[in-house]
Amino acid sequence: MKSRRRITNTLIFILLLIGAVFMIGPLLWMLSTSLKDKQDVFALPPVWIPNPVHFGKYKEIWEAGPLLSGIKNSVIIAVSVTLVGTFTSSLAAFSFAKLKFPAKNKIFLLMLSSLMIPYPAVMIPQFFMFSKLGWVDTLLPLIVPGLFGNIVMIFFLRQYLSSVPNAIIEAAKIDGSSYFRLYSSITFPLIKPAVAAQLILWFMGIWNDYLSPIIYLNSPEKQTLQLVIANFNATYAIQTDYPLIMAASIIALLPMLIIFLVFQKQIIESVAISGVKG
Amino acid sequence: MNQKSNLYRKEKIYGFLFILPPLLGLLIFTLYPMIYSIYGSFTDWDGLGQMNLIGLSNFKDLWTDELFHKALFNTLFMMLGIPIGIVLALLLALGLNRGVPGTTAFRVIYYVPVISSLAAVSIMWNWAYNGDYGLVNQFLDLFGITGPNWMANKYTVKPALIIMAVWKGVGYTMLLYLAALQSVSRSYYEAAELDGANSFKAFWHITWPMVRPVTFFIIVTNIIGGSQIFTEMNIMTPTGGPEYASASVVFYIWQKAFGNFQMGYASAMAVVLGAFIFVVTLIQFRMNEKQSFDVD
Repeated sequence: MKSRRRITNTLIFILLLIGAVFMIGPLLWMLSTSLKDKQDVFALPPVWIPNPVHFGKYKEIWEAGPLLSGIKNSVIIAVSVTLVGTFTSSLAAFSFAKLKFPAKNKIFLLMLSSLMIPYPAVMIPQFFMFSKLGWVDTLLPLIVPGLFGNIVMIFFLRQYLSSVPNAIIEAAKIDGSSYFRLYSSITFPLIKPAVAAQLILWFMGIWNDYLSPIIYLNSPEKQTLQLVIANFNATYAIQTDYPLIMAASIIALLPMLIIFLVFQKQIIESVAISGVKG
Repeated sequence: MNQKSNLYRKEKIYGFLFILPPLLGLLIFTLYPMIYSIYGSFTDWDGLGQMNLIGLSNFKDLWTDELFHKALFNTLFMMLGIPIGIVLALLLALGLNRGVPGTTAFRVIYYVPVISSLAAVSIMWNWAYNGDYGLVNQFLDLFGITGPNWMANKYTVKPALIIMAVWKGVGYTMLLYLAALQSVSRSYYEAAELDGANSFKAFWHITWPMVRPVTFFIIVTNIIGGSQIFTEMNIMTPTGGPEYASASVVFYIWQKAFGNFQMGYASAMAVVLGAFIFVVTLIQFRMNEKQSFDVD
């Protein structure tokens, strides 16, 4: 019985390994392409490890398009939204979980049900609204809505806060702490890990967003990184400069890959929770 | 007594103050535009001139608009990836749940495509689907199969996008299943083993029912996400593909609204999309209620 289990496990391990090759293979191939000379990508049979390795494309990309300003714009949007938005979201989650005020549950339900409104259903009037303010082709339409908070984050933090005993809050109330201090020095430190995980997930979502930037940003130097690499693809595919395109794309996914590898435990845990709770 | 009611009044004010930003955000950036979308769908809105009410005219046009039908069909067709992804993800999760060596590494590897930028991944797959030099056809060549020029062929462009979507999403689904499997108590399986049930029976009568809520959650979120698919086609087939075979609903909305400035018409499509998602979510709520009733 035991040896049969071992054979099955070995078989499963091999299958998982083959699956892993399929998952990671295309990405490795992307990396390999980016390290080749322009002509070498057309070699048949394909070469996986370029010889010699060309790092030249990683120099060229900075001149070939507004990659640097793309990174800058993406960082500005993602950092400002997640920092301010996490503050407003966690404050609201605290209020929903621990304070008493009229119509609290109705407002919360209203927020939750708004989650089923898809972005495409509101993007046209939103565009019109921001264009009246003269905000088209600026980063503002991509920043300002996020500053008001993120309902998904509020939902998960509120859920998480239910494990924080009310007695702590009540005791501090009687001691005469202000309501903001109840949040900032008592509640927030307790929910920091959950906040961090949600912040990372949100950051990744904004970093990888494509639809809203493509609606608002026209000038090359205003575009986010994702739009810049899409333009690389459109421009340089005609010249079949695939190494250049792949090098730029690698740059676009590298930051999230690093964040993921560093925080993989927290990210994977909080994602797993979202399914069980959802 | 007086002090206590004073405290409560203060709490009411602060409690409301703290939730005011997201509430305002919701009203300004979601609810107001939503209502405006519905209103706009009954007008000839072009983003510049006056908006004139034209009744159901936009919706009638949708009914006979061949491109809209194509986009709708394509969007639904590409949802075939959902069951494929579910089966693969569940198999992977079952494998990983046995505690084979390297479980953590596998979890990370399968999750990498999920966190990767969709734009970058689309660019990469577009190159991988290249007819002559792409990775996919070179792989098929090992088995003596001559692959098509995937993105340029109206029969292969949708399957190509489905394969990519499964590749990108399977890690996420696997993770949700893995978490669900880990919460199933071992004692069920021990009891089943005592009763002489084989592993297939154990799966069918224990595992599958236990993970049903997760399956349901995955189906619903995937339908909602799948109905809004856009980035892939925008990058891989900027014109909507051969004979518009890869255009999605959101792609068509985007073209009409920001390419042709037919904002009223695009709003009508957006309203249809919103209604579709509303119904799917409603079904989820209903089924969830039913399910928790079952468990009781």
